[in-house]
Amino acid sequence: MQPKDYGFGEDERILRDSARRFLDEVASIDKVRKLVAADHGEAYESATPPARYDGQVWQKMVDLGWTALAVPESAGGVAMKCVAVAALAEEIGRRALPSPLLSTLFSTFVLREAEAAAARPWLEKIVGGAGAALAITNEEGSWEPARTGLRAQAKGDQIVLDGTAHFVQDARKASFFVVSAASDGGVALYAVAAEHPGVTIHPDHIVDLTRDQARVAFDRVSIPAAAQIAPGETGVAVLRSALPAMLTVLAADMTGAAEWQLQTTTAYAKVRHQFDHPLGFFQAVKHPIVNMMVAIDETRSLVYNAACAIDGEPELALRYARMAKSSASDTAAFCSGRSVQLHGGIGFTWECDVQIYFKRQRHSQMLLGDGVYQREKLAELL
Amino acid sequence: MSERKDTPEQAEFREYCRRWLAENRPTPPPFRLPQSPVEVMTEQQRVWLCAWQKKVHQAGLIACDYPREYGGGGHQGFQRIASAELARAGVPYFINVIGLGMAAPTILHHGTEEQKRRYLPPLFSSDEIWCQGFSEPGSGSDLAGAQTFAERRGDQWVINGHKVWTTLAHFASWMILLARSSREHKYDGLTYFIVPIAGAPGVTVRPLVKMTGETGFNEVLFEDLHVPDSLRLDAVGKGWTVAMTTLLYERGAAESPGGGGGESHEDRIAALIELAKHTRRDGRSAWENPVTRDRILKLLIRVEALKQLGRRARVEALTDHPMRLPLQGKLLTTEISQDVAAAALEVEGMSSTLYLRDENAPQGGRWPHAYMNSYGLTIAAGTSEIQRNILGERVLGMAKSK
Ligand SMILES: Cc1cc2nc3c(=O)[nH]c(=O)nc-3n(C[C@H](O)[C@H](O)[C@H](O)COP(=O)(O)OP(=O)(O)OC[C@H]3O[C@@H](n4cnc5c(N)ncnc54)[C@H](O)[C@@H]3O)c2cc1C
Repeated sequence: MQPKDYGFGEDERILRDSARRFLDEVASIDKVRKLVAADHGEAYESATPPARYDGQVWQKMVDLGWTALAVPESAGGVAMKCVAVAALAEEIGRRALPSPLLSTLFSTFVLREAEAAAARPWLEKIVGGAGAALAITNEEGSWEPARTGLRAQAKGDQIVLDGTAHFVQDARKASFFVVSAASDGGVALYAVAAEHPGVTIHPDHIVDLTRDQARVAFDRVSIPAAAQIAPGETGVAVLRSALPAMLTVLAADMTGAAEWQLQTTTAYAKVRHQFDHPLGFFQAVKHPIVNMMVAIDETRSLVYNAACAIDGEPELALRYARMAKSSASDTAAFCSGRSVQLHGGIGFTWECDVQIYFKRQRHSQMLLGDGVYQREKLAELL
Repeated sequence: MSERKDTPEQAEFREYCRRWLAENRPTPPPFRLPQSPVEVMTEQQRVWLCAWQKKVHQAGLIACDYPREYGGGGHQGFQRIASAELARAGVPYFINVIGLGMAAPTILHHGTEEQKRRYLPPLFSSDEIWCQGFSEPGSGSDLAGAQTFAERRGDQWVINGHKVWTTLAHFASWMILLARSSREHKYDGLTYFIVPIAGAPGVTVRPLVKMTGETGFNEVLFEDLHVPDSLRLDAVGKGWTVAMTTLLYERGAAESPGGGGGESHEDRIAALIELAKHTRRDGRSAWENPVTRDRILKLLIRVEALKQLGRRARVEALTDHPMRLPLQGKLLTTEISQDVAAAALEVEGMSSTLYLRDENAPQGGRWPHAYMNSYGLTIAAGTSEIQRNILGERVLGMAKSK
């Protein structure tokens, strides 16, 4: 039986409210804009695309214990419920905050499903503030755990990794990668320091201003066998069991961003006048804005349902998480489109903040698979 | 091969167009040409595109139906053919798109003999680029709310105000300007002018940046720009009527004296299908995914419908209301552009995160770029919401909402 209140109790509320206060202070839209959109030339024309985030804010997020939230107590974390992590992600998304938090949470979800002894040192690093990122996606951008762009081969007591992981999120904010590689027994998982010899980060030129993304090449990267966090026999299962939390937390981020799009567009429809009326007077403006709200509420409900299942009914978690991400992707597409369209000419400019969210949402929509993909995978579970 | 309804002269002209285009198709320049003329930014692009337009004009494929004394070909029923052949040939677009699409027909309908002789020939040849000064910070959809003021002083007008989103103003010699000459009446207080831009004292053009990260539109500030009364187009207080002529052409409801270059919807659908066939994920191509394929085929069918809508609009016996089909064109063409680009992003999946500069971006990163630009299309020239109001009110006769 799932708790009526999704398990969202006093502790979760305190965390969420303190996150709100903190983010209001350090991550106002003006600050985020200054950080990532001060200059369109720098954003899109630099030979090396920027990977801007505020390191001091990140340090404070670490000090607030956010990286420890999803880490088991055995590795020095606080093991909060997924509903708490989802609520935090929603606040992050609402600010379109550039930070390695989401990628680090994803890595945490994988590490805590992996072999405890091997994963512990890496989880401890995360608690200590190390950013981490998943390097599990191949050239096709596949989200099937079994498909990887890397190969692992045992050489004595060492393992040698070769190949390239694509679409690695926040690669330049990470100090280590959680890597999947085809090995003799199946797909095995490893943790590899970003600085490790043979690891090269090739930054992608992406549309989203609030993230960085890269191809991470592994050229005969030799690591000790102890760096294996899941053997070939269990790697795919480990990734799969981490998936519900990844999908849910990402969907929560998207819900927060969509809510910002809703509030910002609503506010504009109240102050901007045409034909002697505020825009919201016109039903062609009012109704799509209401539809944004309706879509967001559907998504948000599905997000908390999924988070709650992760906390209490793991056998249903993946099904509910697929629903949440499917809904979040479609909501994000709709809200992004309407937020630009209903601002008119100003909405199409760099100077208008809606472009920042539009791009983050478009990116999030594809991350871990879009709505069509989620529904296809959901069908397999029914 | 001639089209069935061509007269012998038209058939001969079509043959000529095809031959000329086959022989004179330009080799692509060594630099990137933007997807549409409203994105032209660099001097290099400008020079190249102006040379192309000039050449096509000299060959007689622009302004075919305009009188010869205005730089036209003096024919009848030839422009449709030239534009269709230009589209079919898939040659580059014309840079002076606002000149051809809006300023020329407005000047032809409302200008004096001197104005037509002076302004039309260099417009067609693109020796002079034009821009459109309608929108202002406070008035976009509500165009008649324009506040840029034109004050009469003897046989001069003094212009003060602020125009925004002004496409191509950075290259423009001239602007078609909608200004307020009286504060007493909203619609009847508007007067329409031709005003100089490049180098004119009292005019400042500042680039605005689009969400794509590119410039291409601008804001234009007028501080005591003096223009002679000979630059007024039509009567004082008739600006709204003149603007309606411009909008009729801007929204594609009437034929412009030059068009058809650039990429068509058919080309885009072909590129999308190509993309779907070459995008492999999880052991199959995107084209093999029935959901994706269905989405693409629905678009293919809508594109065909749009093409047939344009064709049917010319067959009086098959149209019930003269403006019913023409007024749908802008709405449909821009929304289809948006949907085609959105479908392409779905096909690309994670690769849709990669932008123009990325060497691994499918088809050069054109789709995320086109998707963002598509919002420029559904907003500019009367938003989709405004188009729907117009269709509901003017064609279907429903109550006015404003
Ligand atoms: C790429 C681009 C190029 C452009 N180039 C030019 C140019 O060269 N010259 C020029 O003069 N202008 C140009 N424009 C401006 C364009 O014409 C205006 O942006 C457009 O008319 C909308 O006006 P606005 O931006 O003030 O938006 P608003 O009028 O403020 O509209 C905001 C939103 O409210 C909706 N809305 C407003 N009124 C109503 C209503 N009555 N009923 C229902 N919905 C309503 C609109 O549809 C829109 O979604 C360009 C715009 C773009 C995006």
